[in-house]
Amino acid sequence: MWAVPFVWMAIASLRPGLAGAADIASLMPAPPFTFGNYREAWQSGHFALWYLNTAIVCGGILIVQWVSVSLAGYAFARLRFRGREYVFIAFLLQLLLPPTVLIVPNMLTISRLGMQDHLLGIMAPYFASAFGVFLMRQSFRAIPRDFEDAARIDGATHLQVIRHVLLPLARPGLTAFAIVSVTAHWNEFLWPLMAVSSPDRQVLTVGLASFTAGAESGSEWGVIAAGTALVAAPLLLGFLVFQKRFVASLVFSGLK
Amino acid sequence: MEYAVQHTASLTLPARPRGRVWRRRTPEIVAAGLLAPSLAFLAAFTYWPVLTTALRAFTEQGFGQRPTWGLGNFARLLADRHFLAAAANTALYTLGTIIPSLVLALGFALLLRETTRLNAILRTMVVLPMLIPLVGAAALFSFILLPGAGLLDWYLARLGIGATNWLGNPDLALGAIIGITIWKNTGYYMLFCLAGLAGIPEEFHEAARLDGAGGWARLRHVTLPLLGPTIGFLVVLGLLNGLTQIDHVVVMTQGGPSDSTNMLLYYIYQQAEQNYDAGLAAAATLVSVTMLLALAVLALRGLERGIHYES
Repeated sequence: MWAVPFVWMAIASLRPGLAGAADIASLMPAPPFTFGNYREAWQSGHFALWYLNTAIVCGGILIVQWVSVSLAGYAFARLRFRGREYVFIAFLLQLLLPPTVLIVPNMLTISRLGMQDHLLGIMAPYFASAFGVFLMRQSFRAIPRDFEDAARIDGATHLQVIRHVLLPLARPGLTAFAIVSVTAHWNEFLWPLMAVSSPDRQVLTVGLASFTAGAESGSEWGVIAAGTALVAAPLLLGFLVFQKRFVASLVFSGLK
Repeated sequence: MEYAVQHTASLTLPARPRGRVWRRRTPEIVAAGLLAPSLAFLAAFTYWPVLTTALRAFTEQGFGQRPTWGLGNFARLLADRHFLAAAANTALYTLGTIIPSLVLALGFALLLRETTRLNAILRTMVVLPMLIPLVGAAALFSFILLPGAGLLDWYLARLGIGATNWLGNPDLALGAIIGITIWKNTGYYMLFCLAGLAGIPEEFHEAARLDGAGGWARLRHVTLPLLGPTIGFLVVLGLLNGLTQIDHVVVMTQGGPSDSTNMLLYYIYQQAEQNYDAGLAAAATLVSVTMLLALAVLALRGLERGIHYES
């Protein structure tokens, strides 16, 4: 029963468009299958552009996050400095006050910084990630200090130690964080909806919503099913292929 | 590990007078430098908005008047029946999703904990909804819940049940929204329950069984207490989700019919984007965030107790 919506999505999206609307609800696969609905969805929405924008947003967020969380994670894992506990708690506050909750004041900030209606505006609030800092701190802590001690004796700076010694060893942590981050931002809706208004800067979720709202009146459910499948496909396929890694990452995201 | 050894060994570094630069730097300065990128963005998009929201909430801005301090925004908020409806709905929505999601997740986890081929497939099916966007789920459920021709009514009609306007009926709409969220979140919760179950040593069950505890008693007195931290964490997550997961409300019902699915975050969004009432939006944000933090602290307290229990 849990899979019924997916089964319907698959079957309805492959149903020939001319089939009567009466049996669109049927879960019985009815050959011949066609990709007509996918073609129509692709043509009536700007899927290529939405994919590109979503990829830019997810990729941009991830790259900046990788840098910011690696530096901060290292500071919390390896340096003993005064006030460390308090700063750490200040970081963790973000876990309970995610940017989603603060959309209204963040809109003001974005427009004051001149990032309104830019993809950068969608990304900026996520450049710092308390969760990522936490995850990298744990990853770095699990690495024996011997490696970096050797590098430090050779005169390596902190940045060199992070870049050349710790990050190669912390790759599972970076991957886990990437999966969690991309999954979250690929699927996000309300903030990109608010932050961007030009049609050519929309992401997949926002595009799908407008696409669905436009198609609903014509009861083009097969096309909507196809559009939904297009939006969800990359993550679903990624999950099915790398299931173990996905599950480990997503569960780690909660285990503190 | 081998990889790293090679990597370190191949690392050639510029001959720099050892330690001269960073011996003079205190750990505080180094840490400040490393934390600066994160702190800058946290300041801009977490601390600053919280601060301005708090200030804005207590500022009364009459038309063409000088702003004054006061509780006027909160008074207006509490007098607004839309806000009260949104608050009540958010509470219902949060409770209505957390409890069934947890029960289902725990049930699925207990049923599917043995790794067999069939269980792996079933687990995947339960997990998949968490990967699609909530807007995507909304698109699918728009059709499933479509009155008359939709999937649900089509099959209910075969059982002799007439068409129902699931989203158009104020008594049913919130239930439908809750149902979608449960469908979407249960898989995620199940993953945590599976991880939690895997962490319980088999001997505990064995000992309980030897003492004559039945399946129900073992669940009640062994499994559930040991899952305490997991459940506590999931409750905090559920509270946060209850406030933030409203994408399907935005696209499916816009808070209607007659406010029956309006939520706090959607109310805030409406005040700011449609009514341009920044004071009211700020007051509502502050109330929501305060409630969330208070409830999360309570849940985390419970979580701590669970951990003490464990040790």
